[in-house]
Parts: sequence; C-alpha cells; structure tokens
Amino acid sequence: MATVKYDHATRIYPGSEVPAVDKLNIEIHDGEFLVVVGPSGCGKSTALRMLAGLEEVNEGRIWIGDRDVTNLSPKDRDVAMVFQNYALYPHMTVADNMGFALKIAGVPKDEIRKRVLEAAKILDLEPYLERKPKALSGGQRQRVAMGRAIVRSPQVFLMDEPLSNLDAKLRVQTRTQIASLQRRLGVTTVYVTHDQVEAMTMGDRIALLDRGILQQVASPREMYDKPANLFVAGFIGSPAMNLVALPVSEGGADFGSHKVPIEREALERAGKTVIVGVRPEDVEVRQENDGLEIEVDVVEELGADAYVYGRPVDERIVLEGSEEGGERPFIARVDGRRVPNKGDRIFVFPKAEHLHVFHKESGERLF
Amino acid sequence: MALEITAARPDPALLDLPWSVPLEEWPEELLAAFPRGISRHVVRFVRLSGRVLAIKEIKTELARREYEMLRNLERLDLPCVEPFAIVSGRVSQDGQPLDGCLITRHLQFSLPYRALYSQSLRAGTASRLIDALAVLLVRLHLAGFWWGDVSLSNTLFRRDAGAFAAYLVDAETGELHHELTDGQREHDLEIARVNIAGELMDLEAGGLLQEDRDPVEVSERIMTRYRELWGALTDTEIVDTGERWRVDDRIRRLNALGFDVGELAMTTDIDGSTIQIQPKVVDAGHHSRRLLRLTGIDARENQARRLLNDLDSYRAALQRQGDSEESVAFDWLREVYEPLVRSVPPELRRKLEPAEFFHELLEHRWYMSEREQRDIPLSEVKEDYLRNVLPTKPDEQAVVGVDTVEMPVIVWDD
Repeated sequence: MATVKYDHATRIYPGSEVPAVDKLNIEIHDGEFLVVVGPSGCGKSTALRMLAGLEEVNEGRIWIGDRDVTNLSPKDRDVAMVFQNYALYPHMTVADNMGFALKIAGVPKDEIRKRVLEAAKILDLEPYLERKPKALSGGQRQRVAMGRAIVRSPQVFLMDEPLSNLDAKLRVQTRTQIASLQRRLGVTTVYVTHDQVEAMTMGDRIALLDRGILQQVASPREMYDKPANLFVAGFIGSPAMNLVALPVSEGGADFGSHKVPIEREALERAGKTVIVGVRPEDVEVRQENDGLEIEVDVVEELGADAYVYGRPVDERIVLEGSEEGGERPFIARVDGRRVPNKGDRIFVFPKAEHLHVFHKESGERLF
Repeated sequence: MALEITAARPDPALLDLPWSVPLEEWPEELLAAFPRGISRHVVRFVRLSGRVLAIKEIKTELARREYEMLRNLERLDLPCVEPFAIVSGRVSQDGQPLDGCLITRHLQFSLPYRALYSQSLRAGTASRLIDALAVLLVRLHLAGFWWGDVSLSNTLFRRDAGAFAAYLVDAETGELHHELTDGQREHDLEIARVNIAGELMDLEAGGLLQEDRDPVEVSERIMTRYRELWGALTDTEIVDTGERWRVDDRIRRLNALGFDVGELAMTTDIDGSTIQIQPKVVDAGHHSRRLLRLTGIDARENQARRLLNDLDSYRAALQRQGDSEESVAFDWLREVYEPLVRSVPPELRRKLEPAEFFHELLEHRWYMSEREQRDIPLSEVKEDYLRNVLPTKPDEQAVVGVDTVEMPVIVWDD
C-alpha cells in the first residue's frame, strides 16, 4: 500500500499544443479511494494512464510511495488495472485461476497458496478453491477474476470506467460492492468515471478535471457544499445547481425582489454582476411577491417531494449554462403535499445558509 | 424501436434470422457449430447464404465501436476478421429490449488455437503460434493500435507453409492512436505474456499440451520475438560513410523478414563521417505482394516465399535466366502450379488451401526423395500425397468454435 502523488504532471500529445493534462497536482493518501471525474475529453483517463505508465509524462513527476515512477515501465510500478478482460481457464481450478500470474512472476509455491487463500477469504470463495470455473455462478466467476488482481497485492488499484458497460440496475449494485471491497482491502485506489453520481457515492475524495486542469479535489460533501468555482457547481449535483447572473446592489444582490445578503469582503471583489447559485433543495418558494418570479412549466412528482421546472418571467434573466435553443430551467424541490400547478407563477429565493456566489468573469467562488 | 441492420454490403437474408430471440436460445439447426466453453459474451456461428458468420451479442454502442475499429484495421491493411454488420434495436417477443449484435465473417481455413491442440501436433506448435502472434502484434503496434487483450484465444491462425499467420479476432478493448508510447507497447506485451502462459497452463491442465516444456518458459517467447522484430523494423543504425552498402543491406534484411521499406530516413552527422539510418514506413507482405504481381496468386507470406523459390528453381532448371520474370512466372503457373492444384478432387478441397497444398507437395517430395534416395517428379509426388496423406487430414475450411473462456466485465449476480 502506498500514497500516490501527481507533482505538476503534464501530458501533451504529439502534434497538440494544448496539454491533455496540465500541471496536475494531487496527493492521494494511503488506502484512499480517489475518484477522478469530469466530462468527456477532460483528461481523466489520460491522468490515470500516466499513473499506469501507459502515457508519457512530459513535465512534472509521479510518485508511488517514496518511489519516483515517472519513467518506469508499467509492470515495474506495482499497480494493477482492475477489470480488464480477465480470462478464466476451464481446465484449471479456481485456486490456479487466481494464482497463475504469480507463478509467472516467480513467486514461490507456498507464498502463492497463502495469498490465494487470503484473497479467497475476502471474496467468499474459500469453499470453491478446488473446483473448476464451470461449477461457479456468474458472480463467483467474476470474483475469481477480481481475485487475480488481489493476489498480486499491488500498491495501487486503477479502474477506468469499469461500470460503463453495465445497465443501470447492475451499475448501482456493483458500485456498492466495489466500494465495500476496496474498504475491506484498504488498497489505495484511483477510479475514473464520467458519472458524477458514481463519484459522489464511491469516493473518499473526488478530483474534478475540466480541459486537462484540476478544478477541485475534495470530499464529496465539500465538493457539494463548497464548490470552488462555477464549473464544479454546475457539474456536481443532480439535478444541477441553479446559477443566475444578478446585479450587485448595496449589501448584496437582487434575486428578483428578494435581497440576497453577501458579505462586504466578497462584494468588494465582485464587480457589478455576480452569479448566485442555489441547489434545488435550497430554494424557498413563496406565493406572494418575494423573490424571482417563475412560471411553472413542468412538475415532477416523486411522492415525498416534487421537482418544479420553470423559467423566469422576466425574459432578460437567463440561467447560466443555457445554450442556444436550449434554455436551462430553474429547478426547485418542493414539499410533495404543496405542489404548484403547471402554468402557476411562484416566487423563489435561496436559503441564506446555503448560498453560493461566484465571480462573473473568473467563475471563482466568492462566498 | 425498429430493428436496424448496418452493413457495408447488406445481405437481405440477414433479416430472416430470429433477432427477437436471445442469441443463447437460437435453434440448433441454424448453427454451424455447437457452442462450448465459458464465454464472456454469447457468440454463435451461423450459416447464411453459403458463408459462415460469427455473431456476438453485445451492447449496441460496443458493437458499433468494435465494428468501426475492425473497419479501420481493414483500411490499414492489418490482418483481422472482416466486420460484416451491426444489428441494433432488437426487441424480444414480450417487448423487452435485447442487446445488439456484431457480425463478422468467418475467416476461411482459419483455426482457433484450441482446435489445433485437439489435433495431433508437430513439436513446437506453441512456439510457431507465438511467433505468428508476435508478427501480428508488431504490425498492429506499428500502425498505432493498442490491443488491450492480446491472447491466443483472441487470435485466429491460418497455415502458412509450415508456419502460421495470425489474425486479430477481438478488437473490443482496442484503441487506435497516432503512435503508441513505449508504456502502451510494454503493457500489451505483458498482457500477451500472462494470457499466453495462462492458456498454455490450461491446455496442460486439460492434458492437451503434448510438449513437456514449462508454459511459463514458452510464454516468454512472445517478449523475445516481439522485441527482435520491433528492433529490426524500427532501430536506428549508425554506419560509416564509407560503408554505404549497409543501407542496402538493411533493406534486404527487412525484405527477408517479409517487410517492404516504404520510407527510410538517412541523416549524416555534422562532420559527415557517419550516416544514421532508420526505417520510417514498413509494410508487411514483401513476398506475397511479389507473388501476386507475378502470378495473381493470393497467398500468405511464407507460402509466397515457398512458391517464389519454386518459381526460381523452375527458371534455373529450364535455363531461362535470360527471360523476363513475368513470362517465366506465366509459364510456371500454367505448367506447374495450376495443373497440380486443379488435380485435387473436390471432396478433398476443404482440407487445405491451394497454396498450402502446393507447399505440402514440396515438403512431401523431400520426404519421398529421402526415403527412396532419388529425384521424384511432382506428378508422382502428387499421386502419393493425394492417396496417402491428404485424405487423413481434417477439413479446415470452416473450423469454428466458441473459444473464448472469459468473463463478463463485472457482473455480480449473487
């Protein structure tokens, strides 16, 4: 087991001027489960492959424990890419299927037996060690394949979108199992995904990348409660945070007719306009004139609560992240027993204690 | 959702296959072979319009991706199975959506390694298979293709004048890059090595491996053969300005390995005393291209080498060194090759391809001559071979078998 450190690690593909990964700095703790997340093309897979030794590091260094692995070949790094296509061999016993790669690596027989037994205990495969794979269920076979990675006892597990080929139900099931297995093994793990829900539910910490640049690395809670910038605010959370550009006035910003108080120190850095963010569950809804007036377009009933999708009545106010031809709706979560109707007009404003304020130009968090 | 079939050359007969039934439950009368082994995906072989197709049930996006990848490999002239069609929008009879299908054409006269091991084998078969796989891997890597799942099971082999030629079968994990890094190549090589060792150990455990060499030791051959070939094809060589013949020599060595040099970079150092040479573009198939140009015979590299040698002997024997190569080749084809190949009775033609049959005849002539201590004409050799040898060989035109023994990528169903 070991720590992993990206130290200004940069990858520039031949023929490209823009780095695919740009001066990445992350320190991953021993035993930590770090999820690297971001939209397609953000450099997350490249970052993982740099650690695996599959992509060159053009600038900066990568450390595993106290070893500088920047120029080591993949097999000398003591990392395991898990969930690659593992074959199971029909004539070999489960024990041999799990341990044969160690034989290739020249590990003595007694040591192989010991490690296979340990892995089998963790994976609940002990009673099946002398059987052939054919006698196992699909899930047990899969665990044998997992066992192949475990017996190598690598310093780091690497997983690149391992769930992307599964259907939604299996994905939910499997991600819990991977996370709990990782915790039992305590092996430092770097896991790449494009799915922010996977990131939020699995990782000890999340690193969010956009266009090769690290946006924030933090625990899921911190990422959600204190996004470092507009990009993080818009990416983490489903449904997404409402982000509205508002004029700055004395002591705050005007959320329609509702004054949103903003600290003086933040306001001083802000300029004339700020972007105010509010998550759907942090929206206060009023019937009387207090806040931004919204016309309700769609109501999604979920039982205990409901999501209201609408748009500002004042057409000059457009939500951030809207694209040509596709305006982003304002989304509010409301009590399932007090749901407005389609076509109703309601007034909304953010709860003061869950307010996010960002700089209009730089996108940095102000408050 | 409507059933959609995408194919470069669509065959309407595809529509008659029972797409609303999960592949696993297709009726046996449709299948060209019975499935066996444990497979990662459901794969079935089906006869359709006189050809054999391999159908793999897989998520539609993956099917599409692999289809495109195989098309790209085809365009790059790399040896792989031929993509035939993608089927998407499948729905079961009770309205449930089904996975898509990737259809590839079965490669005639190709053999899965397991089928080879169920025949009685010549010594050193494992080594010859690995040599063929090393050539394939080098060619894929030169083109920027990272395979990600190199193994004997993901490869098909065709006989090639006593050796084998390897073809990529499964491109599911592959990625096409502008150029591969050393790390990517090493990773593929490590995967190959572990998979080959595993596959040979499995044959050993099943009592199918007749060689008594240790599988781990045999599997190391992929590393050495790959590195030798990669080095020969890509290394920079420094020669003295006075030794310019060594430039030609390098080209000849590459030809002997079966490669043509498309581009060779030469640079001199500052004082002009040495030249650096490095092949930049190399194309496999040096001999098979030459044979094709001279005779129109489409053969594999070693077969072509063998046939060209025979052509050269023919020319020497008739003392026609003064005639153009083309006219001699024309006569050789008409007088030697075609009559022999045509004489194979139809019921025996499913056993070997014509060029391999010719190679076998040349081998058989050598054995007969040894035995009888005299020169034996090919017509006599042919009679003996057709009577005593060919009928004992298995039919190899359409050997199919579900051969992968892999796992679903993470399915915990219990």
